[in-house]
Amino acid sequence: MTDLTSLTIAEARDALKRKTVSASELADAHLRAIARARALNAYVLETPDAARAMAEQSDRRIASGEAGPLEGIPIGVKDLFCTKDVRTTACSHVLYNFVPAYESTVTARLWRDGAVMLGKTNNDEFAMGSSNETSFFGPVISPWRRKGANTPLVPGGSSGGSAAAVAANLCLAATGTDTGGSIRQPAAFTGIVGIKPTYGRCSRWGIVAFASSLDQAGPFTRTVRDGAIILRSMAGHDPRDTTSADRPVPDYEAAIGRPVKGMRIGIPKEYRVEGMAAEIEELWEHGIAWLKGAGAEIVEISLPHTKYALPAYYIVAPAEASSNLARYDGVRYGLREPGRDIVAMYENTRAKGFGKEVRRRVMIGTYVLSAGYYDAYYLRAQKVRTLIKRDFEEVFARGVSAILTPATPTAAFGIGEKGGADPIEMYLNDVFTVTVNMAGLPGLALPAGLSPEGLPLGLQLIGRPFDEETLFALGEVIEQAAGRFAPQPWW
Amino acid sequence: MSVDAATVRRIAHLARIALEDGEVEHLRGEINAILDFVAQLSEVDVDGVEPMTSVTPMAMKKRTDEVTDDGYPEVIVANAPATENNYFLVPKVVE
Repeated sequence: MTDLTSLTIAEARDALKRKTVSASELADAHLRAIARARALNAYVLETPDAARAMAEQSDRRIASGEAGPLEGIPIGVKDLFCTKDVRTTACSHVLYNFVPAYESTVTARLWRDGAVMLGKTNNDEFAMGSSNETSFFGPVISPWRRKGANTPLVPGGSSGGSAAAVAANLCLAATGTDTGGSIRQPAAFTGIVGIKPTYGRCSRWGIVAFASSLDQAGPFTRTVRDGAIILRSMAGHDPRDTTSADRPVPDYEAAIGRPVKGMRIGIPKEYRVEGMAAEIEELWEHGIAWLKGAGAEIVEISLPHTKYALPAYYIVAPAEASSNLARYDGVRYGLREPGRDIVAMYENTRAKGFGKEVRRRVMIGTYVLSAGYYDAYYLRAQKVRTLIKRDFEEVFARGVSAILTPATPTAAFGIGEKGGADPIEMYLNDVFTVTVNMAGLPGLALPAGLSPEGLPLGLQLIGRPFDEETLFALGEVIEQAAGRFAPQPWW
Repeated sequence: MSVDAATVRRIAHLARIALEDGEVEHLRGEINAILDFVAQLSEVDVDGVEPMTSVTPMAMKKRTDEVTDDGYPEVIVANAPATENNYFLVPKVVE
């Protein structure tokens, strides 16, 4: 029998329908794989009892002909999504014991459609990081290694546990959130598919908030088709999130195989950054050639404000974070550290409960919003954001269907290698992804090749607002040409 | 713009984060590195540009101002570090 953990969602769906495999067998195979892979630290909470109970219900629904679109599909859930009666920590000490009394809208939709929860996956604390090294539960170790070496590598972040779990066959898909690249960068580092949908496509209700005008949920999968299947379940209007879009969710899977002939694909010259690795340049050329080969028209475009996206992000995101994280004060949930009065209690709780990166970002956010600095920093950054979005609008108005870029400037790096002395060094990881959040657009990252050291490298497709379908059609073309990539198990 | 040690302490207090003396200098360096990085925004001509308020053009939905969800205080306080009779307990605020 084939290894059940290496199936795609589409293959597992067929096998479940034909009853050659049961949802319980599928869940058990994954629970065993997770137990053997604890060295990766991909899951911060395994939920085997819930998984078996949900899988049994799936088997009953399959038997009675009531199967949902994701019936019996075992998935991992980023620990930023509130799961009812299941500990949800955002991988922060300040929420180390929080057990939500409610379910996030995105996960509720996944369970409604029959998915099975295997556990909660590791992430950077409050999703603040690009390497999954800021988690209260310790770093995730990538399932990938450089050729002939055993240096532990980062899986990327912030959704590093979800990315590692999908790449290492510890689930068929996982949820993530993306504020500046937190789905697409780890997808690129681990050789899988990651999608950040249009802002408003998925409800943010029940997801621990980081930067509310940028946060968006999306999936990790091993194929483009699987991404289309699961996104359809995750997306949709939710009256409990006023920024959620009230428009129908298309059948994304139907876009797979749609012809791309005649589509205009933009290649932004500003993404040819100084010092870009030759292997990334080459990967990009391959992507261009594959799309051209499928009949797309390649056009050079300009997005002149690209270089300002990352600095504007490092004002807007910390500002919103400082406001969102004000709620962690030791009163209503989580950690409390006593003090001589209530202010000392707040200060001690937040000093102990937040890690270094979170403390720094909250302080930056507090500073740029403080009296006398608001106009110089926050207001200016929001104006620059208008210009970044306008760059994209002008390109799309000229008939460009989608934009092709590298997903990251480099392949994955080693644990502890970056950001120790200079925080900016780590932030530069998101230079190609952060523009998309600033403009609220959909982005899809997918593997397109290996570096000379044998590590996966990803491309990114950026689409028009609410046109995820075009990204799936183009992504399928690249996947067919590039093939799929899997790490050699060492764990 | 760059911050001095007194400003670092003031920001930390505004953010309600206790700082140890030994942390101030290090944080000052990190915050200034970030402020240097974001300073490049001053090159951008933003005259006449509206600040972004909504990334997708949509009118915010409104609903009737009424209670839609209530009646379970014990669930609300279930995660609190200290409670009494379904109230959150905090250190004394007024003497």
